Amino acid sequence: MSLNSLWEYANPKKFIQTTEKVLPLFSVLAVVCLVVGLIWGFFFTPDDYRQGSTVKIIYLHVPAALMAINAWLMMLVTSLIWIVRRHHVSALAARAAAPVGAVMTVIALATGAIWGEPMWGTWWAWDPRLTSFLILFLFYLGYIALWEAIENDDTAADLTSILCLVGSVFALLSRYAVNFWNQGLHQGASLSLDKEENVADVFYFPLLVCIAGFVLLFIAMVLLRTRTEIRARRMRALLARERMG
Amino acid sequence: MMPDLGKYAEAVLSSYAVSLALLIVLVWLSLRRSAKVAKQLEDVEQKARRHG
Amino acid sequence: MIALLTRDLKLAMRAGGGFGLGLAFFLIVVTLVPFGVGPQSELLAKIAPGILWLGALLACLLSLDRIFALDWEDGSLDLLATSPLPMEGIVTVKALAHWLTTGLPLVLAAPLFGLLLSLPPAGYGPLVLSLLLGTPALSVIGTFGAALTVGLKRGGLLLSLLVLPLYVPTLIFGAEMARRGVEGLETTTPLLMLAGITCGTIALLPFASAAVLKVNLR
Repeated sequence: MSLNSLWEYANPKKFIQTTEKVLPLFSVLAVVCLVVGLIWGFFFTPDDYRQGSTVKIIYLHVPAALMAINAWLMMLVTSLIWIVRRHHVSALAARAAAPVGAVMTVIALATGAIWGEPMWGTWWAWDPRLTSFLILFLFYLGYIALWEAIENDDTAADLTSILCLVGSVFALLSRYAVNFWNQGLHQGASLSLDKEENVADVFYFPLLVCIAGFVLLFIAMVLLRTRTEIRARRMRALLARERMG
Repeated sequence: MMPDLGKYAEAVLSSYAVSLALLIVLVWLSLRRSAKVAKQLEDVEQKARRHG
Repeated sequence: MIALLTRDLKLAMRAGGGFGLGLAFFLIVVTLVPFGVGPQSELLAKIAPGILWLGALLACLLSLDRIFALDWEDGSLDLLATSPLPMEGIVTVKALAHWLTTGLPLVLAAPLFGLLLSLPPAGYGPLVLSLLLGTPALSVIGTFGAALTVGLKRGGLLLSLLVLPLYVPTLIFGAEMARRGVEGLETTTPLLMLAGITCGTIALLPFASAAVLKVNLR
């Protein structure tokens, strides 16, 4: 698909038409991957000699954490596209993705904390990675709240996209700051299975399937929610026109 | 059928429960809002067609 | 632009301008901490750098909506936008006025409040320096947040939600610098990072703030 034809889908009507056909496919694929991956990982993999059965948590924690970051990156890209090319679908897609990303972040945090309890003996440890995800969650909340607070659709799109840009820089900065802040405590003892280099093959393949499932789920959810946003925006426009007589 | 989760059973099971619950709630709320907005739009469009 | 600065400073100093409020709030926070954590000076000494930084940060936060609120309400912001001054210059002046009336007084008052929290003697210098280096960033970042929420009626809470995560890097390096000063350790790294963040935000964020204001003034 050439880059030019990709812009065709920036037309709201075309987007709805295309996603009409594509969304069921993504949904089914997502469910299949998730079911296969999670069942494989939960029932058919051994325990880790160090972490025992808690290693099974990676099948949720790692994909959720990856998607939490990727969702924000997607919002960043679509915000830039809105700023530069003013495609409404792009702005609405960013709005649609934010709650999904926020939920992914919460899953990453919850599974991280629950995993940490038997490992560190405490429900919450200010581990650099977990802390960074907590900050990311706050960024998501702020972004979503700003969309909700502004009435005018175009103004909201402009303000939230600038917030996303600035937020991205600060999120990156915070990552380094948090690493600096906690370097003295849990050196190397963070949830090291996050990095694929430490994951043995027997865990790696079901993990990949789960990651694929989360990616597909994200795409399906964003497509679904963007369609909703497009329709909501159209409805607001029609109602505004009615009011003006 | 259920693997022996040993002493970590609580941790593993609660992670799965929390995560799946959150995902299900997200999907359900999104589907519900989608249906609601689609219907509302249809109503508004019908009214607009009648008046316009 | 100097005229704009003096005007804002005069406005802040006036009766309803809220000049002393930041300091009063800082004092209240510092007073409340021992009630919350107990009066043992050992404990207080340990957490003093962090509490002082938090108090300064929160005091800054509370005065942010004043940056644009008055001008927005009486239409002077529209006038400023149409003036030959570039919007980036206007927001920078606004941030500077905020710092001069809120941040700087906090920096100067910090040693006194450090006394209340049993801050060890070695800590005073690094604490004041860290606040001096960091509070300008708080004003500039706060100005960005204020610009985002300028049109909203009760945007105070949203303003806090937007701005506080942005404050995290400055807080981390500022408090770390103050803590290291107390323990007599090298403060170079956090100092440089703190200064870097402040310089970076002053140089770049006004562009974002200006863009945001222009959107809101449409």
